[in-house]
Amino acid sequence: MLVPEKQIVFIEEKARLIRETIIEMLVAARSGHTAGPLGMADIFATFYFQILKHDPHNPGWAERDRLILSNGHITPVRYATMAHAGYFPIEECLTLRKFGTRLQGHPERTKLPGVETTSGPLGLGLGQAAGYAYGARMDGKKFRTYCFMSDGEQDAGNVWESAMFAGNNKLHNLTALIDRNNIQINGMTEHVMPLENLRAKYEAFNWHAIEIDGHNIREIIDAVDEAKAIYEKPTVIIAHTIPGKGIKEIEFDYTWHGKAPSKEEAKKFLHELRTMKGKIESEHE
Amino acid sequence: MLNPKAKLAENIFSKPDEKPTRDGFGKGLLELGEINPEVVVLCADLAESTRVLAFKEKYPERYIELGVAEQNLATVASGLANYGKIPFITSYATFSPGRNNEQIRTTISINQVPVKIAGSHAGLSVGPDGATHQALEDIALMRVQPNMTVLSACDAEEAFRATLAAAVYPGPVYLRFARANTPVMTTKETPFEFGKILEVWKGKDPEVIVFATGPLLYNALLAAKELEKKVSVLVVNVHTIKPLDTDAIIKLSKKAGAVVTVEEHQIAGGLGSAIAETLSSACAVPIEFIGVHDRFGQSGEPKELIEHYGMGVSAIVDAIRRAKRRKVPSGGKAK
Repeated sequence: MLVPEKQIVFIEEKARLIRETIIEMLVAARSGHTAGPLGMADIFATFYFQILKHDPHNPGWAERDRLILSNGHITPVRYATMAHAGYFPIEECLTLRKFGTRLQGHPERTKLPGVETTSGPLGLGLGQAAGYAYGARMDGKKFRTYCFMSDGEQDAGNVWESAMFAGNNKLHNLTALIDRNNIQINGMTEHVMPLENLRAKYEAFNWHAIEIDGHNIREIIDAVDEAKAIYEKPTVIIAHTIPGKGIKEIEFDYTWHGKAPSKEEAKKFLHELRTMKGKIESEHE
Repeated sequence: MLNPKAKLAENIFSKPDEKPTRDGFGKGLLELGEINPEVVVLCADLAESTRVLAFKEKYPERYIELGVAEQNLATVASGLANYGKIPFITSYATFSPGRNNEQIRTTISINQVPVKIAGSHAGLSVGPDGATHQALEDIALMRVQPNMTVLSACDAEEAFRATLAAAVYPGPVYLRFARANTPVMTTKETPFEFGKILEVWKGKDPEVIVFATGPLLYNALLAAKELEKKVSVLVVNVHTIKPLDTDAIIKLSKKAGAVVTVEEHQIAGGLGSAIAETLSSACAVPIEFIGVHDRFGQSGEPKELIEHYGMGVSAIVDAIRRAKRRKVPSGGKAK
């Protein structure tokens, strides 16, 4: 799809704002995950501001595309993106993880409209997405189902049961996206439990596989377009991302998987993100 | 005597028909195929033994094969239910809700989507297959999950009606079925109301009340009949273990003053536990538990296993006598 440069700049700027909101909400919550949400900000921004058919004012719209977030722990990026897309006021992001909030530490379908499913325990999203896609195909529905997963959760057996099922049933209306940031709680994925050759594994399960730079907006859009054009099988997009992306001192550092920044760190991080605005514009000049 | 209002089978004590409860489930699915286009059936490589084969043959487009993958069985069903289907997931109870317990908790119970979990081959009645395949923990596993409901059918007819009831219930349901042939006690005329107990045997001014679930209800009836001239017993069928019909259970238990619970399940966490939790905060009555006492099963014929693990008619008779002996005289102290 030919997307004008102006739109790419718009999405990049949204991603920058989403990153700011993520830092603000994590520091307010005093706990949560930092690296994954920052690393997925470009992808979430591209989906909510370009790819998904959705209506923030009618989250239950029957024909909407479904985005199943399997690795629920990166939910701050989804909440922040939804807020910037108009699902709820951005200020509500500061209630993350607090008593009585709709923004649960791990997302719950019944708490916040627009969150398609409850998730957190890893490895369970792909099966649900496959169920959605299967049901939709039975009824001739046109919407697409997307499932975002982490790379660490590929360790879970349920993922491969689901991959086998989706491949066998040729669920071409299902697109999975793996956040390939190479880290998990105990260290680098290739040290904890090697995943490579990840692409070949999915291909062996009858999936079409695409590898992209997960911070390149055009590559994200093109990969989804390619997935839509594949009618024989589901597609997996392996998106290579940088955990902690946007804040130099924490990029690639797996110790930032599961912790929130302190007030002092947040101040520094937000300063860095705010100065990024000029960079985005100058890159596109 | 048998409660005439329960309209039980006339041949119940002479020569009752025998069928496995899973047959009633299979029949229920066929009926649902006809009346409810949203019903889909998911199978994990056990189509014949879970009795979904007939549905598969009649409605192939609504039958989904998962292979030997019970975790995926639950998660795919969650997605289908979230989309708007009414999925029935079927396997042996040891695998579903056994193996896939966390998938059920996260993607069905917390998620509040109307997946119907049918656990077949529950209890010792799998017989020769042995301990690995005899689900004796499934009621406990499902009962502790908020938003989940638990139905345990006493015979094939009740299983049929429980299956139909589960389809229209708006939330998640666990349905418990068994493999072995067991007496068909209820009839089409027997009242079946989701969440309500049913009195099936009524002695005059009952001294002991027996709460039974599943096919062992038949042994409870035989025990009550054997004691007909000696102890006045009320036998109650509890097909809905959750939500439990607490008001009725408390009222009847207070009146009788002594309780026996009967189930083909571990004592820990099953029907007996549910009744004890309810009664201990409402009225002081002695409770005797018939069930499996913290042991795994083993190979054998269903009937000999039921005897060996203390759930035969004589064990229930003894429990009724014990419960009666332990009764607290009104206004007095326990003897």
